[in-house]
Amino acid sequence: MDFAGGAQVLLGGLLTGCIYALVAVGLSLIWGLMGLINFAHGDFLMIGMYTSFWAWALFRIDPLFGLPLTGALLFVWGVLVYYGIVRRVLTAQRIAQVFATFGLGLALRSAAQFLWTPNYRMVDNPILGGVIRVGSVSLGKAHLVGGLTAYLLALGLYYMIVKTDIGRALSATSADKETAELMGIDTDKVFALGWGLGSACVGVGGALLASYYYIYPDVGLMFSTIASTIVALGGFGSIPGALVAALIVGVVQTSVSFFLAPALKLAMVYLFYLIVVVCRPQGLMGRW
Amino acid sequence: MRYAGWLKKNLFAVVLVAAALVDPLILRTSFLRHLSIMVLIWATLGTAWNMLVGYAGQVSLGHGLFFGIGAYTTTLLFVKIGVPPSIGILAGPILAATVAYLMGLPLFRLSGFYFSIATIASAEIGWILFTNWDWAGGARGLFVPLKGDSLVHLQFTTKVPYYYLALLLFGLSVYAAHRLASSRAGYYFRAIRDDPEAAVSLGINIRKFKAVAYTFSAAITALAGGFYANYVLYIDPDSMMAAKFSTQICLLTVLGGVGDMWGPLIGASVLIPLSETTRVFLSGRGRAVDLLVYGSLIVAFAVFQPKGLIGLTRDVLTRARRAMAPATAAIATVEKPPSAPQDTGQGGMI
Repeated sequence: MDFAGGAQVLLGGLLTGCIYALVAVGLSLIWGLMGLINFAHGDFLMIGMYTSFWAWALFRIDPLFGLPLTGALLFVWGVLVYYGIVRRVLTAQRIAQVFATFGLGLALRSAAQFLWTPNYRMVDNPILGGVIRVGSVSLGKAHLVGGLTAYLLALGLYYMIVKTDIGRALSATSADKETAELMGIDTDKVFALGWGLGSACVGVGGALLASYYYIYPDVGLMFSTIASTIVALGGFGSIPGALVAALIVGVVQTSVSFFLAPALKLAMVYLFYLIVVVCRPQGLMGRW
Repeated sequence: MRYAGWLKKNLFAVVLVAAALVDPLILRTSFLRHLSIMVLIWATLGTAWNMLVGYAGQVSLGHGLFFGIGAYTTTLLFVKIGVPPSIGILAGPILAATVAYLMGLPLFRLSGFYFSIATIASAEIGWILFTNWDWAGGARGLFVPLKGDSLVHLQFTTKVPYYYLALLLFGLSVYAAHRLASSRAGYYFRAIRDDPEAAVSLGINIRKFKAVAYTFSAAITALAGGFYANYVLYIDPDSMMAAKFSTQICLLTVLGGVGDMWGPLIGASVLIPLSETTRVFLSGRGRAVDLLVYGSLIVAFAVFQPKGLIGLTRDVLTRARRAMAPATAAIATVEKPPSAPQDTGQGGMI
C-alpha cells in the first residue's frame, strides 16, 4: 500500500461523497422545513437520470449540457408534488405524509419500469468520457467534474439559505412556522420552494451521475437509504453536517471497497453510522 | 346471564374467532386460502411491530432483519444439520431476541428518526451479509427440501394445515401483545410513549423497558419468519431483508391503526389481498403494473383518508351517532383522536 494508492482512494471517495452531498442536501432541506423524510427522494434522482438519458438518446443533448434543463424540470416536478400531494397531507398525522411519499416512490419506480423496461442503460461516449491522470492517480472525467459541480452547487444552496432573503424565509419557516407567518412570510410558497429546490438538487445529482452511472428504474433505492443515513449522520436539521457527513461516507465506502471487499462497502457505511450515533446520538452537527 | 354479559362485552372477538375457524370451509380455492395465510402472517408481523411502536413509541423500519433471522435459522438448521423445522423454528426467536436485546441497549439511546435510520442501517447490514454469505445460499437463497405431509417438518401438501398454524401464530402474537399491554410493563410502555421525560422523572428505566419491548417484538417476528420459510419453502435475502419488506409491516399497521390491538389485522386484510391480487392479475409481463397501481393507491389513501382505516370507522360511527342523537353531538365530536404514538417533538416521523 503506497502513497499513490491512498491518494487514489481518498480522492475517489471524496468525489463520490460530493455527489452524495448534493443528494443529501436536497433531502435535508425538505426535512428541515417540514420534519418529513421524502421517501421518494431517490426516485426523484432516477427521474433526473432518465431525463438526461432521454435528452441524450432522442435529441443528442449531452448530460452535461442537459443539466440546466434537468434541474429546471425537477424543480417544477418538486413544486407539483408539493401542491398535488404533500400539501394535502400537511395537517394529517406525520405517518400519512410518510405513507404518501413512500407510495409515490413505489409508483414512480414502477412507472419507469413500465415505460422503459427494467434494462440497464448507459450514455455512450459522453463529453465527460475517459480519464484524467495526475501522476499515478487516475480519475474518471465525469466523476471529477460531476463531483466538483455537485459540491459547488450544494455549497451554493447553503450560501443562499444563509445569506439571501429567500433563504432566510426558508430558515425562518423551518425554525418556527407560526412566527414566520406572523412576519408576513407566505409559508405555503416557502414549502413549495423547498420542495422545488430539494427536488432540483437531487435531479441535478442524477444528471451528473448520468454521464458515468448505470440508469435503471430502481437506481434511486440505494441513494435514498444512503442520503437518509448521511442526513442522520450529519445531524438532522444541519446542512453543514450533511455536507461533511457525505464526504466521510464517500471515503469510508471507497476505502472499504479498495482494502476489504467491494460487496461490503455499504455494510461498513451503515456500521459506521451505528457506531457514530451510539457515541453521539445527535449526529455530528445536529441540534439534538 | 353471566355468560350473556361476557358474550356481549367480547362479541367482536368471539365473532372474529368463529369466522377465523370456519374460514377454510368458506374459502375453497387455493388462492383464497393462500391470501388468508398471508394476511395472518402479515397481521402477526404488524402486531409484533405494534408492540414496539404503538406501545413504546419507537419506529423500527428494519424488522425484516428479525424475520430473516427466523427464516434462515430454521432453514439452515434443517438443511445443514438436519434439525426438523418443528424444533428449529423455536431457535429463530431465541436468536432474534438475543440480537434485539444486544442491539436495543445501545440503540435506545437514540430518539426519533435517528433510531429509525439505525434500524434501517442494521437491516441493510444483515441483507448485505446474507447476500454475500455463500454457505447460507448467498443471493440465490435456499430451498427447503420437500418431505411431503409431515407435522414434524412443518410441511403439508394442502393449505388448510398451514392456515390453522398461521391462525395459531397470529393468536399467539395477539395474546403476547395483550399480556404485555395489560402487564405492569404495559403501563410503563404507555408512560414512555406519551411522555418520555415524565417517565424518566418517575424513575422508569426507559432504555431497559424499550429493549424488553424490542426483544419480544423481534422474537415474534422471527417466529413468523420461521413459519413463512416452511410455508413458501424458499428463502432469499432480497425478499425478506430488503427495505421494502420492513416498510410493508409499517404500512399495514399504520393503515389499520397504530397502537390498536386489531389495527394490524385490519390493515393486513386490506393491504395484502390488494398487493397479492394486483400481483397475480397485473404483473403478467414483468412491467410492474401491479406495483404502479399499488403505489398509486397508497398515495390516494394517504391523501384522502390520512387517519387510517380505524379513523375512517370512527368517523362513520361518530357521524351515525350524531345523526341519531343531535343533542349529544357536542360530546361526540370532542372524542379523543385515534390512538397513535405521540409526536416526540423531534421532527420525528410519527
